[in-house]
Amino acid sequence: MLLFWLLGILLIASAVFVVMQRKPVYSVVGLLLHFAILAVFYLTLNAEFLAVIQIVIYTGAILILFVFVIALLSSGTEAFAAGPNRMPKAGVPAALLALVALGLLIYGVSRGNLFASGAHVAASTSIAGPPGTANVFGSVADFGKALFTTHLLPFEIMALILMVAVVGVVALAGDESPYVPTRKRASAVEREMREAIVRAGEG
Amino acid sequence: MAAIHSAPLWLVVLVKSALLLLVVITTFAYAMLAERKVMAWMQLRPGPNRVGPWGLLQPAADALKMMFKEDLTPKTADPLIYKLAPFISLISAFGAYAIIPFSEPSPGDLWSIGNVNAGILFIFALTALGVYGISLGGWASGSKYPLLGSVRSTAQMISYELAMSMSVIGVLLLAGTTSLAGIVHAQHRIWFVIPQLIGFVIYLITAVAETNRAPFDLVEADAELVAGFHTEYSGLRFGLFFIAEYVNMLTVSCIATLLFLGGWNPLFGLTVVPGIVWFLLKVSFFLFFYIWLRATLPRFRYDRLMAFGWKVLLPAATANLVVTAIVVAYIG
Repeated sequence: MLLFWLLGILLIASAVFVVMQRKPVYSVVGLLLHFAILAVFYLTLNAEFLAVIQIVIYTGAILILFVFVIALLSSGTEAFAAGPNRMPKAGVPAALLALVALGLLIYGVSRGNLFASGAHVAASTSIAGPPGTANVFGSVADFGKALFTTHLLPFEIMALILMVAVVGVVALAGDESPYVPTRKRASAVEREMREAIVRAGEG
Repeated sequence: MAAIHSAPLWLVVLVKSALLLLVVITTFAYAMLAERKVMAWMQLRPGPNRVGPWGLLQPAADALKMMFKEDLTPKTADPLIYKLAPFISLISAFGAYAIIPFSEPSPGDLWSIGNVNAGILFIFALTALGVYGISLGGWASGSKYPLLGSVRSTAQMISYELAMSMSVIGVLLLAGTTSLAGIVHAQHRIWFVIPQLIGFVIYLITAVAETNRAPFDLVEADAELVAGFHTEYSGLRFGLFFIAEYVNMLTVSCIATLLFLGGWNPLFGLTVVPGIVWFLLKVSFFLFFYIWLRATLPRFRYDRLMAFGWKVLLPAATANLVVTAIVVAYIG
C-alpha cells in the first residue's frame, strides 16, 4: 500500500512535470520517467508482460520519435515561445468537465472497492513466477493465450486500424506530394547531375 | 552455499550485483585491450606494449587518463540533459545483467541475480532505453556533428531493433518460453543455431548495428562526423559512453550465446567442463568475432544501411518467423 501511494505520487508528479516544462526536451525526459514509473506500477500488479511491453512500445518506439522530431525541428536548447493564451475562454468549462469526470471516477472506485481488490491481487502472488510457467497471472503465455483466443477479434481490428494508418501515410507521402525523396526523384536528380558533369566536361 | 540460503534476499542481491559489476567492468577493460591488440596483429603492428608486460596495465592507464581529463560542457549545451545522457546509456547497459543467467540455475540461484519470466523481452526493453543516452546526449551537446550523429543513431537503432526482435521470435517459438534459462534448457538436444540459422545470421548483423560498432558505426563515423554523438564529451562522461558501448557488446554476445549457441550446454557432451566455462568460451568467441569484423570491413554508406535494414533484414526475418511458426504449429 505504501508502495502504491509512493509510486502514485511520483507518477502524477512526473506527469505534471511534463506539462509544466517550457523546453520540449525536458518534457520528453519527464515522460520517459513517467513511463518507467508506470511500468513499475504494472509490475506491482503482477502484469510483468504489460510492464515490459509498456517500455518497449512507448519508450522504445513512440517517445524516441518525439526526440527525433525535437532534434530535427527545434533549434536546440531554447524554450518554446509562448503562444496566444486561450486558457481564459476554454479553461472554465474544461475544468468543470474534468472535475465531473474525476468525481464519477472516484464514485465508481469507491463503490467497486477497486483499491482493495487490487492490493489483494498484488499481495496474493509473488511478482515473478518461476521460469517458463504458464498460468501465472500476467505471464507471457497467459497474455498471449488471452490475446489470441478470447480477444482475437478486437486484436485483429486493432491490427487493421494500424494498417489503415500505415497505408494512409504511404498514400499521402506518395509520388504526387512534393518534398518527399522517392527513388524516381532521386534517380532524376542523379541523371541531372551526370548530365551537368558531362556538359561541364564538354564546355 | 548454505550462507546464501540463510542470508536476507536484499543482501544476496546486493553482493551479487556488486560482484557482477566488478566482473563486467574488468571484462570491459580487457575487451578493450584485446580489441587493440587483436586489431594491431591483424594490421601487422605490435599494439599497446609499453604499460606493464604485454601492455596488460594499459586499461588502468587509460582509466587514470580519463579520470584526470577536464570535464568540459559546451556553452551551447543544455547542461542538465548533457550531464544526464551518459548515465542513461550506462544504466541501461548494466541493467541487462540483472537477469542474464551465466550457468545452470542451482539451488540459491548462484549464477544469476534475478530470473524474470519475460526475460528476453526485459532485455529488449533495456536496449530500447539505451537509445535515449545517445540521442539525448547528441542533441544536448548543442552543436551540429553530435546532432547529426544522434539523429542517425535514433533512425538506425529503431530500424535494426525491429529486425532483431523478429529474428529472436523464431527462437521463442521453438523454446516455447521467454525466460532465458528456459530457452537454454530447450537447447539441451540441439542448439538453436542449426534450426534457426537465418535468425542467427540476422541477429548477428543487427546486434552489430544495435551496438553501433563497425561496419555500422555511422553514429560516430569519424570521417564525416568528427566523433558523432560524443564529439563534445570529454573525461569521465566520455568514458561512461565508452563503457556503455563495450558493455552492450558484451550483452549482445551473452544473448547470442543464450539464444543460439546453447548457453552453458557443453559441446561434444563434455560435461566434465563446468557450464560457466562453456558460457564464457562462447561469449569470447562472439567478442572476437566483433573485433574481427571491425578490422576487416569498411563502413556502410548511410542510405545503404537503412535500405539493407528495411528491405533485406526485416523481410528475411519475417519470412523466417512465418516458416518457423508453420513448422512449430504442424510438426513440433
